[in-house]
Amino acid sequence: MIAEAGLAALWFAAALAALQLALAAVGIRRSFRTVRPELVEGQLGKKSASTGSARTEEEELTSQILSAVRPVAVVQGLLAALAMALLIICFLRSDMSVLLVAENSHSDKPWLYKFAGAWGNHEGSMLLWVTILGLAGGAVAILEHRLAKPTLIATLGAQAAIALGFYAFLLLSSNPFARLFPVPPDGNGLNPLLQDPGLAFHPPTLYIGYVGISVAFSFAVGALITRDVGPAFARAMRPWVLGAWIFLTLGITAGSYWAYYELGWGGWWFWDPVENASLMPWLAATALLHSVTVLATRDGLRAWTVMLAVVAFSMSMIGTFLVRSGILTSVHAFAVDPKRGAFILALLAIYIGGALLLFAARVGTVRQGNTFEPVSREGALVMNNLLLSVILALVLIFTLYPIVAAGFGVQLSIGKPFFDKWIGPFALALVAVMAAGPLLRWRRDDLNALLGRMTVPIGVTALALAGLAIFSLSGHGIALLPLLGLGLAAGLAAASVAPLWKRNLRRTPLFTLGMVVSHLGIAVSLAGMASDSAFTVETLVAAKVGEPQTVGPYTVTLAGIRPEIGPNWSALEAKLVAQRGDGTPFTLRPQSRFFANPVTVTSESAIATRLDGQLYTVLGQPDDQGRWQLRLWWKPFVTLIWAGGALIAIGGALSLLGRLRRERRVWQRDEEEA
Amino acid sequence: MKPKHQRLTLALVALVAVVGAAILALSALKDQAAFFYAPGDVKKAGLPLGRAVRLGGMVEGGSIKRQPDGVTIHFVVTDGVATVPVAFRGITPDLFREKSGVVAEGSFNPDGSFTATNLLAKHDEKYMPPQVAGAMHETKSLKQ
Repeated sequence: MIAEAGLAALWFAAALAALQLALAAVGIRRSFRTVRPELVEGQLGKKSASTGSARTEEEELTSQILSAVRPVAVVQGLLAALAMALLIICFLRSDMSVLLVAENSHSDKPWLYKFAGAWGNHEGSMLLWVTILGLAGGAVAILEHRLAKPTLIATLGAQAAIALGFYAFLLLSSNPFARLFPVPPDGNGLNPLLQDPGLAFHPPTLYIGYVGISVAFSFAVGALITRDVGPAFARAMRPWVLGAWIFLTLGITAGSYWAYYELGWGGWWFWDPVENASLMPWLAATALLHSVTVLATRDGLRAWTVMLAVVAFSMSMIGTFLVRSGILTSVHAFAVDPKRGAFILALLAIYIGGALLLFAARVGTVRQGNTFEPVSREGALVMNNLLLSVILALVLIFTLYPIVAAGFGVQLSIGKPFFDKWIGPFALALVAVMAAGPLLRWRRDDLNALLGRMTVPIGVTALALAGLAIFSLSGHGIALLPLLGLGLAAGLAAASVAPLWKRNLRRTPLFTLGMVVSHLGIAVSLAGMASDSAFTVETLVAAKVGEPQTVGPYTVTLAGIRPEIGPNWSALEAKLVAQRGDGTPFTLRPQSRFFANPVTVTSESAIATRLDGQLYTVLGQPDDQGRWQLRLWWKPFVTLIWAGGALIAIGGALSLLGRLRRERRVWQRDEEEA
Repeated sequence: MKPKHQRLTLALVALVAVVGAAILALSALKDQAAFFYAPGDVKKAGLPLGRAVRLGGMVEGGSIKRQPDGVTIHFVVTDGVATVPVAFRGITPDLFREKSGVVAEGSFNPDGSFTATNLLAKHDEKYMPPQVAGAMHETKSLKQ
């Protein structure tokens, strides 16, 4: 009954989404009939809808429609959440009569993986997506008060349109609640690589990011439909862009660390299509985040910002569908279920094509915003946007090209060296712009003055580069990209904190502090990446028990191998005793794990984290002379990569907090005046 | 700069940047197209020496030979048309076994053998590297 209740909840939610769309359509038509001059001007002030002394009948109707749309949006979100909760209950109870549970779960799993396993598959993850979308729509309906009413109605209509596509996809081709008869004694289990606490955190975080971007996109659609592209719309959209960006940052950082320790390859980024699928929306969101600031504070870059919202949304759609359609893991996935593949392509075409058409049709009504000189804060932000767009275009092409080529029967693949070679230089250029941007004044600035303000960062970069070059020439060869990366990271760190110089920290606005912390995070992360490429040492041996091995500053001795039993696995576990110089010895226990459901062997790395890096150990196979393969890495400062990621997200959170507090103050003042 | 001009300039610069990047990327991909090789391709098109490529196919039955150092293995990759001997130093992936699909990253040696720096094996029953799946069916590359 639980599964049927879930399916019913999903149908009701879909019906409500249809109702929401219909109501919004009526509302928009109403508001068009009474096109007010200030609407056409694109200058609809925040209070014109509520303070007009002579409220027309039409305005009354708009208010009525809005008060009808609001509860519909909230209930739709709650129903989707109910369906998700019911699916999770099916997984927790290991109800094998539900096809999805039987295919992707097993009763021997620990409860956390039963719980998180609910979205460790195609149907469940789509349901999670639409749940978050529904709840976000409800939040917009409840929280957004400053946006003009017709624009808000159009925004909620766009949300409903997006949700409808997902409901149709779930209900018509990916029903998560389908039953299975006869009921099997137990399920197929979950891929052991996914049986990690990371599964409980990583996908939902990314999805919240994707959905946040779709909300930002809905605002853009709303503003385009009602011809209301201006600072008010940008201010309404900004918290959602910021929030989405924070979650995407966290999701990517967590995913990178997960892949790092789980795959046992010692790498933290592989340019795998699945990784790129999360990176592309992040790149677009980062560009959008910066351009929306120009729109909100300077009223410039209007059309550009709307276009970026469309691009960011397209990327999050492509990301979701690429990962979940199966097109990436096997060229034959579409052949298995051509209906689903066609559905996905149709949805993508409708969403992205529709958004681009709307943009093309309405871009003429978006008036030119304020202008600026090339050397100015705006100019730097445009450079940021351009470089991010170029990187995005490269990643997109490199990711999709092999898939498209496969469609024509041509097999090819693009490896990490290729990506590094093409993306690296643009990323470093971006870092240089990022160092200068915050030191520029809005509207107009002077290049010489900028160079003056940049003396310290440039000096730091030059010093770091010189030091590294000497170090590199003295026998420790460092490749060019890591060398430049380390030098620029030092300069960027200095430039990032420069806006705080001679400033009272207590009086510094939270969002300025947030920007400083985020930019510093990029410098920290870049330093970690470059340090890992430049200084990592590796030892690969077949080790006898008791024989000491050296890796970097450590001596590692294999003390023994013993069997280990876990909740749903058995393992061979190595006991490694590691010692740094004359320091205290400590133990590392890498494992080779065997899972029965499904039958898989995984290696579990053992990692010791120190202030200046990580000792990373992997257990391989035994040979016939009683030796065991060991792979040992000493990775100096590799942890900075993820520490930087965390800093970036914390900066975003500070900035969001600062914006929300200011918005609330302004809103309260408005309320008091009204 | 006049307002109208600035907007137009920005749009043009953006277009040029993105389209330029795309053209660069695609022309780079043209060289990259032969990045993936099946043993039969090498027989037809000759050895791609001096650059990192991927070699994909099946591990021939009975061909995996461990070397005395305990961390190097030799094996033979086949696609039914031709075979390539491969040397790999490292820990083999858990699903690397004989008569199973594999993609080796590395480079060819002048004698026609292949030195692998990384092995990608079938992930689980459902997953096969797309290139292997393709190579199983027919030997193709852009070089034809």
